[in-house]
Amino acid sequence: MNTVPWLTILGAVPLVGSAVVALLPKGRDLIAKQVALVFSLATLALTIVVALQFDGGSSQPFQFIESVPWIPAFGISYGLGVDGIGLVLIALAATLVPVVILAGWRDVEDTPDARGSVKGYFALILALETTMIGVFAATDVFLFYVFFEVMLVPTYFLIGRYGGPQRSYAAVKFLLYSLLGGLFMLAAMIGLYVVSAQGGQGTFNWFDLAGMDIDPTTQKMLFLGFFFAFAIKAPLWPFHTWLPDAAGAAKPGTAVLLIGVLDKVGTFGMIRYCLPIFPAASEFYAPVIIALALVGLFYGAFVALGQGDMKRLFAYSSMSHFGLIVLGIFVFTTIGQSGSVVYMVAHGLSTAALFLAAGFLMQRNRGSSLIADYSGVNKAAPVLAGFFLFGALATLALPGLVSFIGEFMVLLGSFQRFLWVGAIATLGIVITAAYALRLYQRTMTGPVGPGLEGIGDLRGREITALMPVVALTILLGLYPAPVLNVVNPAIDNVMSSIGATDPAPVLGSTGTSSEGTEQ
Amino acid sequence: MSAPAFGMHLADVVPFNLPSIDYRLIAPILILMGAGLLSVLVEAFIPRRGRRPVQLIVVFVALLAAFAMVLAAAGSRAVTAEGSIAIDGPGLLLQGTLLLVALLAAMLMAERMVDPSGDAFAPRASTLPGSEDERQFTQRGYLQTEIWPLFCFSVSGMLLFVVSNDLLIMFVALEIMSLPLYLLAGMARRRRLLSQEAAMKYFLLGALSSAFFLYGSALLYGFSGSIDLPVIADQITAKPSQSWLLMIGAAFVLIGLLFKVGAVPFHQWVPDVYQGSPTPVTGFMAATVKIAAFGALLRVLYVALGGLQWDWAPMLWIIAILTMVVGSVIAITQTDIKRMLAYSSIAQAGFILVGVVAATREGLASALFYLIAYAFTTIGAFAVIAMARDSSGEATHLSRWAGLGRKSPIVATAFTIFMLALAGIPLTSGFIAKFSVFTAAIAAGDTWLVIVAVLASLVAAFFYLRVVVLMFFAEPGPETATVAVPSVFTTVALAAGATVTVVLGVVPQPVLEMVANADVFIR
Repeated sequence: MNTVPWLTILGAVPLVGSAVVALLPKGRDLIAKQVALVFSLATLALTIVVALQFDGGSSQPFQFIESVPWIPAFGISYGLGVDGIGLVLIALAATLVPVVILAGWRDVEDTPDARGSVKGYFALILALETTMIGVFAATDVFLFYVFFEVMLVPTYFLIGRYGGPQRSYAAVKFLLYSLLGGLFMLAAMIGLYVVSAQGGQGTFNWFDLAGMDIDPTTQKMLFLGFFFAFAIKAPLWPFHTWLPDAAGAAKPGTAVLLIGVLDKVGTFGMIRYCLPIFPAASEFYAPVIIALALVGLFYGAFVALGQGDMKRLFAYSSMSHFGLIVLGIFVFTTIGQSGSVVYMVAHGLSTAALFLAAGFLMQRNRGSSLIADYSGVNKAAPVLAGFFLFGALATLALPGLVSFIGEFMVLLGSFQRFLWVGAIATLGIVITAAYALRLYQRTMTGPVGPGLEGIGDLRGREITALMPVVALTILLGLYPAPVLNVVNPAIDNVMSSIGATDPAPVLGSTGTSSEGTEQ
Repeated sequence: MSAPAFGMHLADVVPFNLPSIDYRLIAPILILMGAGLLSVLVEAFIPRRGRRPVQLIVVFVALLAAFAMVLAAAGSRAVTAEGSIAIDGPGLLLQGTLLLVALLAAMLMAERMVDPSGDAFAPRASTLPGSEDERQFTQRGYLQTEIWPLFCFSVSGMLLFVVSNDLLIMFVALEIMSLPLYLLAGMARRRRLLSQEAAMKYFLLGALSSAFFLYGSALLYGFSGSIDLPVIADQITAKPSQSWLLMIGAAFVLIGLLFKVGAVPFHQWVPDVYQGSPTPVTGFMAATVKIAAFGALLRVLYVALGGLQWDWAPMLWIIAILTMVVGSVIAITQTDIKRMLAYSSIAQAGFILVGVVAATREGLASALFYLIAYAFTTIGAFAVIAMARDSSGEATHLSRWAGLGRKSPIVATAFTIFMLALAGIPLTSGFIAKFSVFTAAIAAGDTWLVIVAVLASLVAAFFYLRVVVLMFFAEPGPETATVAVPSVFTTVALAAGATVTVVLGVVPQPVLEMVANADVFIR
């Protein structure tokens, strides 16, 4: 086993960075930004070091395991460790944070009524990164919960202090929704501990809990507590109403972290906690959850189609995509679940590309996010329009981009299990194409809109911020093996822990359509 | 022949043995009583201007000395004073906690920076509210120093209450504890009518509960022929048929104690008294009376009435559920922060009762931990309430707290910590406390009770978090209270309360071990 506590170091670097930035004297804004960027890049470098050491072929799904007793009286430990799923999500977070820092270089200065300082903004982003790493790396349910809740604090301040006109309302709504979900999860967590204590000393250790055999009735109750929290976080229809407000009020950078990474905690939680610990309950509730996911998929897409506000459009579009991710998880096929994880990464990247490009555009037009305020941008700022188009195409999952891989795998996995579910979900994709392209067409093409003639094109810093996202989207789209190689063993582990097997090629009465998809 | 006979005869006539009293073990009680007497002398002989510093020295030295004696007695396990006092692990633990919390409360009571005209107490409690006398005394800057002897006596009563091993001593301790509190409750400098009304209510209902306790003791004496808790326990096991004397006696004694605990349906005094009393006294009372009353309740239940567990457990079940639910639900509708915390304290009593009902060693340990956690959090919370003010005194209406987080982030953060702890959010002492109580109850088989308790905590979390939301998420307006800059007294009390709340939440293991090692009550 590793003796170097890699994950602790990884989580500590941004935290130290956050403290350093926060302690800088007032007025040293440039230094604060530079320090924040350096720390976020150092975190990224460390993540790469960790990822390179991760052995995808190992028989151990969890690696870099650390475990120190914390509150032994209640079986609580400081336990960290990552499987492939945790690793790619940490990598996603570590990639997006420097991007967001660079893209948000002048966010605070451009918000005249922002309540916080420049250094505060960057310190909060770094603090948020620590909690993101912690939440994906925790192998103790209690520790996970702590990160899950602590995460709300920097996010709340990022929205509430630096956001747009509706920020207070949006931040409070976000916080209350999340806290409500968190409380239900807390109750279920205590119940889980109690169940584990029936055989002597109780525990919060994920490995022990996942190996436990819980009575199905209890499972069904406890599952709901966890699932409720994750469904709010993800967000799944009908628990989504906080997201459009939060994303609409937040800075584009904050929104990218919120939708791109934080919301993934919900879907990550489902795959990490709901499935392996409560297999029977997961199976029991799967039809309902699949139905909710499908509703969310269509609801989000249709509302996005009718949105007049870009940020809210992105939020609804994400909600639609989360429906797809949840669908992939609960069809219980290897390919569907792997696809969900790939799609989580892809969605993070495509959200970043689209949201940041749109953010650069809004900054150039007094922060307006109304679609009606824009037209013909591709003539005034062609490079910006190009990135915007790329983001739109990534959102609609153009073949060759990583989002296509994820979407395709999820649909394949759905078809494998339930033909009609796959068929319905595929229809939803069509609407995605409609709203993404319509958005491009309305804002970017046509005659240059009033007041938009003089807006400059993207500058060096902005292009630098977007380039890594674009490059990763294309590279992983053409060659997804690095992600799949680490994710697949982890998914195999999840599948075996819930006792699910991929359906045989012949699906009974649903016909012979899926013959030949045997792996 | 006659000499021995004479000797025997004499021994028969005068069967007098000196009562064996281990003075070392009861020193904490004696120190506080002595301090109270000394404090009365200070009132009588020291000139007005010198009284306050001398009183403070007496009180603080006494509290620290008593605490040192408790520490020195750690590990003792003995029945002394002819069986009337039992010094054991839980008793010493409660005494130590009481003294530390009383120390913090004394700091709050000594504060005189937050109110521009003096401390929290009326310059002369005997003057009519709104009278010319009152105005004059206020103008001359008189300070009430009689609070200190009252305080010392009350604390000594509490110390005795948690270690008394017979019902009569327990009753005496109850009165020594309560009588000074009735007076202290009526001495607020501001809103004096409210304060006097609170004192009156507290006294009347307190007297009623004392009567219940005393009557119950008498009935138990009638049943067992003794007031000693262990003897009563022996008699319960010795007499298999249960008499109505025992049942009614036990019920009355418990009702008397549940009054002090503030359990539903014996809680009516709590909101009015909490609201009307001077805030430092409210904090003192909320934290210490809860500890003392639960200490006595636990001792009576575990030592004397252990054999009746099947009879009192269902009753306490119902009371615990009522207490949690009524406390949490009514707290939601409160608009005054002191009243809200009053209902909160009722709800918290319900949660502690969940541990008490378990009637196991784990249940006892969890209740002890809960009391420790709750006491420090409560003191801290009331320290903050004493600081949030406007021109007419404390701003206790919730609307005045809107936006406080923007105006005074540090104090608001401290208050947030206390609210989160009371709500039972992880990384605070309140979470560990609730967690240990719930697990102990489940281990004892009270699963349904815990389910109710978890639901009640969800309801309770709502109103605690509402205050946090109000402080941080609302814009400060002209109505928002200002936080007075306190002296070192309140600052220390506040910091200590917050520190203990966080430390017990993050590294609770040492204290968890301490309560687990406290062992059971001595019999």
